[in-house]
Amino acid sequence: MTSQKQRPRLAVFKLASCDGCQLSILSLEEDLLLLDQAVDIAYFPEASSRMEDGPYDITLVEGSISAPEHIEQIKNIRAQSGLLVTIGACATAGGIQALRNGADVADYVATVYAHPEYIQTLKDSTPISEHVKVDFELWGCPIDKEQVRHFLSDLLAGVEPRFPEHSLCMECKRQEHLCVLVAKGEPCLGPVTRTGCGAICPAMGRACYGCFGPAEVSFPAGREHANADALASRFSEALHLSNDEVLRRFKGINSHASAFKETAGKWQKMEENKHE
Amino acid sequence: MSDSVDSWILKKVSFDIFFSALKSEDYKVLSPQVEDGAVTWFEASEADDLKQGFSDQQNIGSYRLNQTESDVWFSIVHGAQSLKSLTFKPRQATVKIIKTEAGISFQAEQPKAEKIAVIGARACDVAALQIQDRVFLGGAYQDEYFKANRESLLIIAVNCTHAHETCFCASMNTGPKVKAGFDIALTELKDAFIVEAGSMAGKRIVEALNLTVAPKDMSKQADRLIEHCAVSQKKRMPQQNLPQALYEKQHSEHWDDVATRCLSCANCTMVCPTCFCHAIEETPDMARQTSERVRVWDSCFNPEHGYIHGKNMRPTTADRYRMWMTHKLGSWIDQFDSSGCTGCGRCTTWCPAGIDLVEEAIAVLGEDAMEKKA
Repeated sequence: MTSQKQRPRLAVFKLASCDGCQLSILSLEEDLLLLDQAVDIAYFPEASSRMEDGPYDITLVEGSISAPEHIEQIKNIRAQSGLLVTIGACATAGGIQALRNGADVADYVATVYAHPEYIQTLKDSTPISEHVKVDFELWGCPIDKEQVRHFLSDLLAGVEPRFPEHSLCMECKRQEHLCVLVAKGEPCLGPVTRTGCGAICPAMGRACYGCFGPAEVSFPAGREHANADALASRFSEALHLSNDEVLRRFKGINSHASAFKETAGKWQKMEENKHE
Repeated sequence: MSDSVDSWILKKVSFDIFFSALKSEDYKVLSPQVEDGAVTWFEASEADDLKQGFSDQQNIGSYRLNQTESDVWFSIVHGAQSLKSLTFKPRQATVKIIKTEAGISFQAEQPKAEKIAVIGARACDVAALQIQDRVFLGGAYQDEYFKANRESLLIIAVNCTHAHETCFCASMNTGPKVKAGFDIALTELKDAFIVEAGSMAGKRIVEALNLTVAPKDMSKQADRLIEHCAVSQKKRMPQQNLPQALYEKQHSEHWDDVATRCLSCANCTMVCPTCFCHAIEETPDMARQTSERVRVWDSCFNPEHGYIHGKNMRPTTADRYRMWMTHKLGSWIDQFDSSGCTGCGRCTTWCPAGIDLVEEAIAVLGEDAMEKKA
């Protein structure tokens, strides 16, 4: 707590990620000036070369735990942070890089790099919450800037930020978009995907591919994930997707999120059994 | 058929006189049209704008539009939108809260509505609007936003002459002929419409058109087409004492069975023309000087919806499906003196999981459900 009016100190860190979520924060544009008045942006290398040491009151972390040094890094970040908030699919669910989980990583590394001996990577890409306590999670690939705005505004107003965890369909229907699943037979993941993006894909006539992760269908205690199994069956039976096509729907940006992981796992097994 | 309402003939070739009459009363005319592959309320300014050029094919969990060369103008039964989005809007600003030197001030959003005439409302949706009237306008507290939209709406219904796999209005006694709550009703024949007035406003407009009275054989032909539509409906909702019957099934194992298929995605409630649940969203600005309070459509399938001071009253999908069906078909009658279902079939057509309300009701109530029908 250094600067005038005791503005809370904000930090933004990055682990294994593409920087897209940090860019979503920068795309707040004129609201960034208001943010700068409300908080002391003490550490945000993507935005400024001024990088101050902790402790920080609010820390946003982008990226998954993918390399060995990330484990130490996140522990240090946690130790310096009041609130630790994950931003995006990587930090919250392991990200697209979690597609390697369960596969032979050494084989992947050997395929991609000329000198695999220089590459140090963990077997699995995992979310921050598997390593340290997380206070809030913002889903999405990338996060939505309105969600960031809402989150920070609530937090700064002293209100506990709440994120709707229901299916995307509710928002899609409020905007009165055509249901691409029912009317076009597109394998839309909207019914089992968490709201927050503003239904941008269905608005363009495209199927949702689940970048905001699985919706939660039980609240608040005894969490029960979206019924991805039932949607997968529907893709197969009504939309006539092959087993491989079904599992690829759920094996995407949030493949490590349990609801999608379990469903993809079942269909992978079916696909493997078919070939035996 | 409806009681001693006079009926007239409006030839398709002279339909534009109807538009002129509506325009002279300052109505913006909306009719269901296909835009970007979806059926939506579209502004029409002449008769040609009413010809849909598409027909819809509705089935359990499936909706398709096909281009058609037929002469039928109203060839689409309905899309996902009912009249609901015109009267109970998906997003409705209510209050803006502003920080002032003295504290805070509240700036209420005043209800405002433009005069809208819809041509092409179906009987199920007109019945649904009457149900929403009881919800939003009945009792001591009226919803001012709904009221403003409702009072500026002129309903020109089109009686259904064909039904889909998912339609069951005949068994709900709401259609296919519009019974009440309309201003003007049309029945489409090959070259003309049979016109009936259902309200003073409707009568005034129709009388100004100086139409010829419909000959008996034409009226009879219209009635036959509607009757054919009614008997062609294969789906029938069980008609026993549903509140009691459903309350008795509170512990049925079937709720868990539905829950294995239900996605809890809320599509059924979003497209339902009578579902009225809503939530309040508060959005403060970054400078913390103002906050906007908006009412949005909510659903009993939203897990948070059942959360009340520390406990979720409906923690599982089985609980939520039971709530939706028991309320819609049963306790709605205790609450509002009518069923909450009009048999439009949207919950079934637009269910991404292909869950059929009528089939589930029969399954819950047991095999004897249909035999007890009135």
